[in-house]
Amino acid sequence: METITQVALQFLAITVAFTVVLMIVAYTVLAERRVLGFIQGRLGPNRVGPFGLFQPFADLLKFILKEEIVPDKSTKFVYFLAPMIAIIAALMPMIVYPFGPAINLPFIGSITLVIARFDVALLYVLGITSVGVYGIMLAGWSSNSKYSLMGGLRSSAQLISYELSLGLSLIGVILVSGTLDLYSIVEQQGGYWFYVIPRWNIFPQIIGFIIYLISAIAETNRVPFDLPEAETELVAGFHTEYSALKFALFFMAEYVNMFTVSMLATTLFLGGWQGPGVAQFPILGVFWFLIKVAFFLFLYIWLRGTLPRFRFDQLMNFGWKFLLPVAILNIFLTATAVFIGTIYGWW
Amino acid sequence: MQEFRLEAYLPILLMFIVALGFAAGNILLSQLVGQRKQTRTKLMPYECGKDPVGSARERFSVKFYLIAMIFILFDIEVIFLVPWAVVFKQLAAQGAMMRNLVYVEMMIFVALLLVGYIYVVKKGAFDWGERARREAEAEARALKDMQKGREPSTNARAA
Repeated sequence: METITQVALQFLAITVAFTVVLMIVAYTVLAERRVLGFIQGRLGPNRVGPFGLFQPFADLLKFILKEEIVPDKSTKFVYFLAPMIAIIAALMPMIVYPFGPAINLPFIGSITLVIARFDVALLYVLGITSVGVYGIMLAGWSSNSKYSLMGGLRSSAQLISYELSLGLSLIGVILVSGTLDLYSIVEQQGGYWFYVIPRWNIFPQIIGFIIYLISAIAETNRVPFDLPEAETELVAGFHTEYSALKFALFFMAEYVNMFTVSMLATTLFLGGWQGPGVAQFPILGVFWFLIKVAFFLFLYIWLRGTLPRFRFDQLMNFGWKFLLPVAILNIFLTATAVFIGTIYGWW
Repeated sequence: MQEFRLEAYLPILLMFIVALGFAAGNILLSQLVGQRKQTRTKLMPYECGKDPVGSARERFSVKFYLIAMIFILFDIEVIFLVPWAVVFKQLAAQGAMMRNLVYVEMMIFVALLLVGYIYVVKKGAFDWGERARREAEAEARALKDMQKGREPSTNARAA
């Protein structure tokens, strides 16, 4: 009986988190359009509801009512499978991020604000996000259109290239914290150095953070790394032949990926829910967490309004000839620092 | 470090069910709702409004294959580094002998891979369009030389 209650509770928690994530994603899209509008000196969508706040729902309705087109030369099964893989791989890592400390609730007691807590959380995130490549690659191949194929090929090459530097940049954080459990990693980042600098991993791991940030932008196919859907040369890249809700799934997968990547950056480098006042009012942790994630989301939009797109050979050169060696160097430096630190007993 | 409990991993399954339900629901909804007026042109692969030329399932550059191969090698490196990184602090605290061993061993591993990496770079596995750029430069130079000599005829320019 107890197990069933627990499973039901977990299921409820997951459904709530899922809904919240989708809402945040919907409003990230709106925020992006508005902010881009202001960057380019126009207003952006502001007609549907106050300040355009109902725009995401109007968009959704439009997506549902659009005509579904399946190109007759496509490989049907794979064609339908690809968007599903993309969105599932994007949604799955969502459960492991701790978005707040343990809080006391009336009647229920103390609960920790994380849906799933297990030892290999970080490895799980890395593993699941790698699966997302399949969605894009299969979409490009199964559409049987040249633009799609080129977009799919490019993006699979790009995604696997930058996944390396992404994985390697996280090794530094793991070395410093000595665990893969995200909740412990956040807990370790509490407190201050010299009473002013928060003990966030960004300070000892600044190189790792920068590498992570760049690779994360490349992993989510965002400007300036949006070659898979370079609309000026490839029409729409891998999702050229997708319409209606299947297109919406790819679209959502991209934004959910942005969101989860930002959550991971917050958790690993910016101290997750740590912040002033969390010790007295644990619920403040959720606020700090969301603020930090919102900062990264804004950064994404800002970059999109500012930077032009890379050329493909520049992209590959940058990933393989610059980021990868620097990431390895970072591991070497961190390992040496931990090594020397243990001799002199810094921790 | 918590002890291993299988129940801790249950949310993964639940999340998978929710995500699968969402994805499948969306695809089904798209099938049910929405208008359906399909014509032959609409179902063609999109090629900017023209009739598609040939098939899209053609051969593509071997570079992509090469990149994927190299990726696998380095990804395995990452996988080997992760468990080492997790236990490094603990093992390093167990005395000078263990500390040196764990440190030096892994650095040799990374150094070996670095040698392989340098080899791959020197071999030109990451050079994209290097040859095409050289050819274009040579062509531009030839054109310049020709313009110095005489006015290029339309034939010469085409060649």
